Amino acid sequence: MRPEVSILLVGSFVGASCGLIGCFLVLRRMALLGDAISHAVLPGIAIAFLLTGRRAPLPMVIGAGALGVLTVLLVELFQRSRRMSEDASIGVVFPALFSLGVILISRYAAQVDLDLDCVLYGEIAYVPWDLLLVGGRSFGPKALWVTGGVLALILALVVVLFKELKLSTFDAGLAATLGFAPAFLHYLLMSAVSVTVVGSFESVGAILVVAMLVVPPATAYLLTERLGTMLVLAAGLGVASAVGGYALARALDASIAGAMAVVAGGLFLLALLFSPRHGVLARLFHHRRLGARLSDQLMLLHLDGGGATAATLGARLGWPRRRLDAALARLSGNGWIERRDEELGLTEAGRRRLSTETAGFASGPP
Amino acid sequence: MQLSFTAMNVLAGSTLLGGLGGALGSFALLRRQSLLGDALAHAALPGVCLAYLLTGSKAPFALLLGALATGLLGSLAILGIVRFSRVKEDAAMGIVLSVFFGLGIVLLTVIQKLPAGNQSGLDKFLFGQAATLVREDLITMAVLATAACLAIVLLFKEMKLLCFDPGFAASLGLPVRRLEILLTLLLVVVVVVGLQTVGVVLIVATLITPAAAARQWTDRLSSMVWLAAAIGALSGAFGSLASAQIDRLPTGPVIVLASSIALILSLVAAPGRGLAWQLLRERRAAARIRRENLLKDLYRLGEERDDWGEYLPRPLLMGMRGQSASQLARSARPLVRAGWVESAGDALRLTDAGRREASQVVRNHRLWELYLKRRLELAADHVHRDAEAMEHVLSPDLTDEIERLLDFPRIDPHGREIPARAQGAA
Repeated sequence: MRPEVSILLVGSFVGASCGLIGCFLVLRRMALLGDAISHAVLPGIAIAFLLTGRRAPLPMVIGAGALGVLTVLLVELFQRSRRMSEDASIGVVFPALFSLGVILISRYAAQVDLDLDCVLYGEIAYVPWDLLLVGGRSFGPKALWVTGGVLALILALVVVLFKELKLSTFDAGLAATLGFAPAFLHYLLMSAVSVTVVGSFESVGAILVVAMLVVPPATAYLLTERLGTMLVLAAGLGVASAVGGYALARALDASIAGAMAVVAGGLFLLALLFSPRHGVLARLFHHRRLGARLSDQLMLLHLDGGGATAATLGARLGWPRRRLDAALARLSGNGWIERRDEELGLTEAGRRRLSTETAGFASGPP
Repeated sequence: MQLSFTAMNVLAGSTLLGGLGGALGSFALLRRQSLLGDALAHAALPGVCLAYLLTGSKAPFALLLGALATGLLGSLAILGIVRFSRVKEDAAMGIVLSVFFGLGIVLLTVIQKLPAGNQSGLDKFLFGQAATLVREDLITMAVLATAACLAIVLLFKEMKLLCFDPGFAASLGLPVRRLEILLTLLLVVVVVVGLQTVGVVLIVATLITPAAAARQWTDRLSSMVWLAAAIGALSGAFGSLASAQIDRLPTGPVIVLASSIALILSLVAAPGRGLAWQLLRERRAAARIRRENLLKDLYRLGEERDDWGEYLPRPLLMGMRGQSASQLARSARPLVRAGWVESAGDALRLTDAGRREASQVVRNHRLWELYLKRRLELAADHVHRDAEAMEHVLSPDLTDEIERLLDFPRIDPHGREIPARAQGAA
């Protein structure tokens, strides 16, 4: 397999699995818990290294999974003691665990073949050369198997428990009364996040796992109202970020994982500006159209009696010159008002327009 | 202990950072913006790289200015995303944090490929390398720290109001918006000062952990700020000394662990709020309730038999609440000592003083039952369980009031007599 292909595949697997599971984090407003988990798994990985003496995937996943759940438990413990708020609990737990991991790795650096910088931003460029060898035969890059396995697991989880996850995400109370065990689902989800994090850790690093967990789902959240569509979109955006990031990194000769986060951010910015329903521009446009319609209605109402000039109308409405001129231009452009000498009045079409506009008002025109 | 010149620099820098972080973190903690510091730290990384790319120098002031610029940009981006879209604050922070950091990493790798880049040493900002602190860094840090302290001292009253009641602050005509921006700016200053010492990832802990620890000891903002500064400074000093003495022990993580231990101690042991004290209070209350229940049981048995002098066998009393012999003995012992219960062989009875005490618990119980029945119109067989809890918390004054409300009743819903208020009962 060509190196580019395996890098792209690993990146896409990470993007898709993070995108899927991240949707639930974003919807449950737990994006920062994902951030915390991605840092706090470090001592789990370090301990697994120290105990087994090598980079064995299974102990690593178990160690990281345990630490991920421990993080969630600690945060909830602090929070439930009612002595710290949720954000403060997150803010004290993950740095402590991360520190523990850094100290373990620095103290036993000789035994642990783990580069600290890689912990933060991964080394996806080495993926093609770290091969899975079974009995002397090569089965392709190891990371491909790990991230592919994680993706299969997450995909299975989301497909099998779609209904349960959906209900417990949007209405935890109803889920509990129907016997869906939201607490169990919560911890299952947190374990899934931990597994995703550790699977992606080696290739994209802690911070960039956060990018993949949060940014594509948030982008998808701006584009749709349906959970199913959001999951598909988020996975697709994750893959697109991975592929685009790889291209960007090649062009700049820079960190691949970093470029993936930048591309994910760029896609988010595009959605933020141009999303058809929730985008900044769409909102702005909608706002202006509403404003223009209101101006037109008011002006039609005021001209219904007749006998007003542009100047008296402006004084009566108290509008700035620009708003007045724009409304006059729109109304005469539509053929709703006409000008006799200096006086303005409604045309037949204008009167019809006014009656359709005011049909919804209970008491009619004032 | 002999410290080298470098170690002195590190000690001074770490202590300064710890103190400053603790003081400013107090405000962030109270305003529920604990994780803003984390986002700002990550957002500062591309600024450092850009400043290096633009100026080509590693002068701390230039790098810090760059960090300041993108840190502020990051905080504005969070505000903007929350204000102009339906994305919530947690996701907005996650987005800014990771995308800015990704950009920083991209720039960092670009710099490393430059001819002079390898020696830039910018990667120390990731994990912090306190050992690389030089005199010039310290001067920059000290200037920034002094400015930040001055701002806190001068605007303490305003900041306090902003933390506890921003709405009231706005109604008084304080420039809330500008104060918020100033506080964010001060957070960015700490982040920038801390980048080199503890690194991007751990800065949030220098802000929040000492403040959370200090919060457990006091309810006053001024003492909290001082205490948090002290805890932060001590953790900083401890971290730098420990890593100077022991090989391959990174400074930043040790500082964070030290303040985390301070936090755990505070959570457990702080007077009043501490979990240990709470546990003690709960156990004491539980023991008192068990004692009162025993008094009440003895009273009811005496009442039933209409014989107060008879000794009642312990197994009978154990059976009433499913207690073991040792549980009963634990409740009985202090009552015997107080002279309220007499023990003879395997049996107990109330003394006259004990009967008076017990009558007050029974009085609480029966008055509450009657109150529930008359005022809440609950069925007579539904009121016992509630009264069983309330009898232990009703004060004598409150019971008197209930008695007045019910027009001095004599008989409870089950047809038993309600004891009168005993003068001088404890």
